Amino acid sequence: MLIVDADKCIGCGACEDNCAFGAIIVEDDLAVVGDSCTLCGACVDVCDVEALHIEGGEKAVQADLSAWSGIWIFAESRHGVLAPVALELLGIGRKLAEQRGVELTAVLFGSDVQSHADQLIASGADIVLIADNPALAQYREDVYGRVLEQLIKEKKPEVVLAGATAIGRSLIPQAATVLGAGLTADCTGLAIREEDGMLLQTRPAFGGNIMATIECPHSRPQMATVRPNVMAPAEPDSERTGQIVKIELNDEQLASRVEVLETVTSSEEQVNIQEVEVLVAGGRGVESEKGFELIQELAAELNGAVAASRAAVDAGWVSYPHQVGQTGKTVCPKLYIACGISGAIQHAVGMQSAETVVAINRDENAPIFDIATYGLVGDLFEIVPLLTRKIQEQRRE
Amino acid sequence: MNIIVCVKQVPDAKDVRLDPETNTLAREGVEAIMNPFDRHALEEAVCLKEQLGGKVTVLSMGPPQAEEVLREAISCGADEGVLVSDRAFAGADTWATSYTLAKAVEAIGTFDLILCGKQAIDGDTAQVGPGLASRMGLPYVTCVQKTREATDSSIQVERMMDDGYDVVQLPLPALLTVVKDINEPRVPSLKGKMKAKKAEISMLSASDVGAEAQYIGLAGSPTQVVNVFAPEARGDRKIFSGTAAEQVEQLVDKLKGYL
Ligand SMILES: Cc1cc2nc3c(=O)[nH]c(=O)nc-3n(C[C@H](O)[C@H](O)[C@H](O)COP(=O)(O)OP(=O)(O)OC[C@H]3O[C@@H](n4cnc5c(N)ncnc54)[C@H](O)[C@@H]3O)c2cc1C
Ligand SMILES: Nc1ncnc2c1ncn2[C@@H]1O[C@H](COP(=O)(O)O)[C@@H](O)[C@H]1O
Repeated sequence: MLIVDADKCIGCGACEDNCAFGAIIVEDDLAVVGDSCTLCGACVDVCDVEALHIEGGEKAVQADLSAWSGIWIFAESRHGVLAPVALELLGIGRKLAEQRGVELTAVLFGSDVQSHADQLIASGADIVLIADNPALAQYREDVYGRVLEQLIKEKKPEVVLAGATAIGRSLIPQAATVLGAGLTADCTGLAIREEDGMLLQTRPAFGGNIMATIECPHSRPQMATVRPNVMAPAEPDSERTGQIVKIELNDEQLASRVEVLETVTSSEEQVNIQEVEVLVAGGRGVESEKGFELIQELAAELNGAVAASRAAVDAGWVSYPHQVGQTGKTVCPKLYIACGISGAIQHAVGMQSAETVVAINRDENAPIFDIATYGLVGDLFEIVPLLTRKIQEQRRE
Repeated sequence: MNIIVCVKQVPDAKDVRLDPETNTLAREGVEAIMNPFDRHALEEAVCLKEQLGGKVTVLSMGPPQAEEVLREAISCGADEGVLVSDRAFAGADTWATSYTLAKAVEAIGTFDLILCGKQAIDGDTAQVGPGLASRMGLPYVTCVQKTREATDSSIQVERMMDDGYDVVQLPLPALLTVVKDINEPRVPSLKGKMKAKKAEISMLSASDVGAEAQYIGLAGSPTQVVNVFAPEARGDRKIFSGTAAEQVEQLVDKLKGYL
């Protein structure tokens, strides 16, 4: 709880000004704490008269931090295909491992997945732990969770990273809960603090309106899911060597209450819009399914994929896995071209961290222009085909 | 079928804006709403109840005003509301939240199914559902886009994946988290509104649910926020003018690095 020492507080308002959550109000020269306080401590740091302190933060359980060592990444594979985010995790994992002077381990689950091991080593892994069993062919929450938990308990890595994908975001919270480990979701930045080797995890909060840096001071491992497409994969080096370790599994570990009856991969949905570098997105302004052909053509020309606003998805022109925004997916491509999208905050929160945003809209006051790097004001039915053709020409040159 | 739906009250994203001058969240007139994903979880629960009979209990952890979302849920078809509220919960991360909710679920008693939203839009973590399931020892499935079949002893659902979907069957009791594709939430009926107004919301404190001090709130949270800051502003920005062709020309020039 945040405690205000009424004798010391001079009502200067520094805490109120520095509270990102609007949780402190100065009334009658005294700071008053409201319910939206998240105990982030920003106010404690800015209080010149030391009138604020946080109480009750003493952790009951303190891990023996020195017993935990090594950086792990979860190398997700599904239907025999390694998720691109696995290589991105090796990229950042390599840096963290070198800074800490420890080994980088890739954990690989599945059936007949050993063929990926060489690629993981070439991309930076020192050790590949493989759990290979027909029972792991399909992602099943309970089995994957149990195998991962037991591995972590046994080998005690200090950091465990996974992609913020459907599987990563389902699997990792389970393991973190059971292990009593801190877990930060959907990180866009990871770094080691020099002084004490702590993992600093940065992630967007409130739909990217603010960024927060989070640490796990008392628990191990430090766990995080990492947003796809943000970290750079390491340049593969086929000369690199590493150790491949097969994990022994027993029937008890592999027993499951979850049965996967069928898997449907639709070709349209096969591209995960969170994993591509270029997205061309259409909104209500695209007007019809037919209109989306223009979007599709531009996307194809840029080797990208199609995304959409909720209005376009609700109208049935595009399917839900393509929806970007608060109730859809959060994407972070290098280039995002928004066509006929107004840029409502619920849409913006899902795409505003893209490297470059292009907006095409006939309404020059559309909010999308506030978050766009480049804006084109005009009719998308005229602009989009022109743009597709122009890019085609450029490519040929 | 007795169903518990976890709902969270969250600030409406459209009101949450960063003040570029002070680097803090604009606090004026931020409206609190029911987390949009939880609305879909609630609708699914009410549909299952209509099909199979039983009771829908909505559960929330939050400040006293979170009572509003529980009443709203009752107006949309839930039968009972339970609010766990205590100053000691402040600063809870997802680990401490799933602990507290697990304690509250135990206090509620028997159930066949727990439904959560995929994620809460304030933190976007999507961690509480799986966390609660593992604390309760329940089988679970995240990102459910469709219920195919439900009986009193098992449920068959479609789990949305990054490359399509899986059809998954699991025994009850179980926990599901849902995406918005699963259904179209109803608007409250007049009768529902009347019922919500009169409904008794059970208020439970940390000690009422037997939650131990060391596992709740800040003390029970392994993660700690150490810094909050504004995202980097975009560098080179430009709104073009001229004819469509002229604007396209200028854009392509800027995009050379991507072609
Ligand atoms: C709880 C909640 C959650 C939501 N979640 C999401 C979400 O996840 N994702 C999401 O996208 N939305 C979401 N929304 C909806 C969001 O508020 C907006 O309604 C939606 O994003 C609008 O979509 P749009 O921009 O395509 O349509 P509109 O707002 O109707 O905008 C269409 C734009 O196209 C322009 N236009 C029209 N014709 C042309 C043309 N020929 N050439 C050029 N420009 C043209 C218009 O000027 C206009 O700016 C959510 C809303 C709520 C309440
Ligand atoms: N304080 C809370 N009270 C009730 N349910 C919650 C709470 N926090 C999270 N949940 C549930 O867990 C889901 C995921 O939340 P989160 O992990 O915070 O993104 C939400 O959609 C809710 O169903």
